[in-house]
Amino acid sequence: MAELPFVLDFTLRQGAFTLDVHERFEARALAVTGPSGAGKTTMIEAIAGLKRPAAGEIAIGARTLFDSARGVDLAPRRRQVGYVPQDVALFPHLNVRRNIGYGAARGAVALDKVARLLDIAGLLDRGVGGLSGGERQRVAIARALLSAPALLLLDEPLAAVDAELRERVLPYIERVRDELALPMIHVSHAADEVRRIADHVLVLDGGRVAGGGPA
Amino acid sequence: MSAELAQVTSFSVAMAAVATLVMLPPGVALAWLLARRSFPGRSVLETLVSLPLVLPPVATGLILLTLLGRDAPLGRLLGAAGVEVVFTWKAVVLAMAVMGFPLLVRAARAGFEQVDRRYEEIAATLGAGPARVFFTVSVPLARRGLLAGLVLAFSRALGEFGATMVIAGALPGARTLSVAIYSHTQTGQDAAAAALLATAAVIAFAAMLLANRLSAAR
Repeated sequence: MAELPFVLDFTLRQGAFTLDVHERFEARALAVTGPSGAGKTTMIEAIAGLKRPAAGEIAIGARTLFDSARGVDLAPRRRQVGYVPQDVALFPHLNVRRNIGYGAARGAVALDKVARLLDIAGLLDRGVGGLSGGERQRVAIARALLSAPALLLLDEPLAAVDAELRERVLPYIERVRDELALPMIHVSHAADEVRRIADHVLVLDGGRVAGGGPA
Repeated sequence: MSAELAQVTSFSVAMAAVATLVMLPPGVALAWLLARRSFPGRSVLETLVSLPLVLPPVATGLILLTLLGRDAPLGRLLGAAGVEVVFTWKAVVLAMAVMGFPLLVRAARAGFEQVDRRYEEIAATLGAGPARVFFTVSVPLARRGLLAGLVLAFSRALGEFGATMVIAGALPGARTLSVAIYSHTQTGQDAAAAALLATAAVIAFAAMLLANRLSAAR
């Protein structure tokens, strides 16, 4: 998969906190890392359209998602991002199959293929209440994939699972990256995770980019 | 006697059901607006909606009569369109709906407020438009508050008396349980009043039990 131009050049204020990012680079999988409160989730939500920057530009590949100079601010539902939030947020009133199918879009990979890829085919008719942490993560990733995203946003997908489970889920994320050729932005604390998945790294600290570059 | 009991009971239940259906769409829409949006005049609107809860029902009935009477502008407009409201079954529905509305809005609003916005946001990132998010995420997740509001509003409608008396009166064949109980006690027919009273009590008890079950159920 070819590298894509990423434009993350914006300022976002949230109470006393300011996220100031001015980066332009090419990558296929970006990892965002840094201490708690650095603004990692805020950055992901700005890209998803759930938080609005005061000014700047956000563009991934050929798609401009936000550009204050040109008055572009796509609604979240038009951004084609597959967002897997840290709290996973599976719909509690829907079973696994209906969660995964909620955003199912034309042109997306088939449900069967995603279920096989993430090894959740056996869970489809279960409620989401009884799922383990790792299962919830994989269901949330499947739900995001089926909405035919142009970009996958993973916010600490493995933070809530133990080391052993991480080793089991990580390969699924690598398979998504390689088999579906989907660009992704991946928030993580874990250095090994970052190394395995990303080809570009941004280190955030206190709302600013404190380091990073090609991995 | 039992024919009258059956007629009055079925009329009351039917009118309360119609009133509940009539107030459902605006009530749920308003509850959602109050729970999820801020807009100018919001607190005034909030107060206005709750007013029938604290005004004497007779006063609410008088306000409605003033608005809809044959000499009032709105009443004339409706009259010109061939719609008579005052002293018809439509007035019964109107009185019930106005009195039950605040209860529906309050419970439904609490229901929507308990829905984590997170789910609505995620649904939007999955490509769902506002209407789809509302019907497939907000409403199902707020269902307990919505159902409790419906039952409460229906019960309030069923018990309506003051406003109904003012704008609908005690028309033969169009009397609600409350109005019939009142007429019978006024004319000394205590046994008939007692039978109606027992019926009203049973319905009210069942409705409250249902409402409590709904708001306690997981």
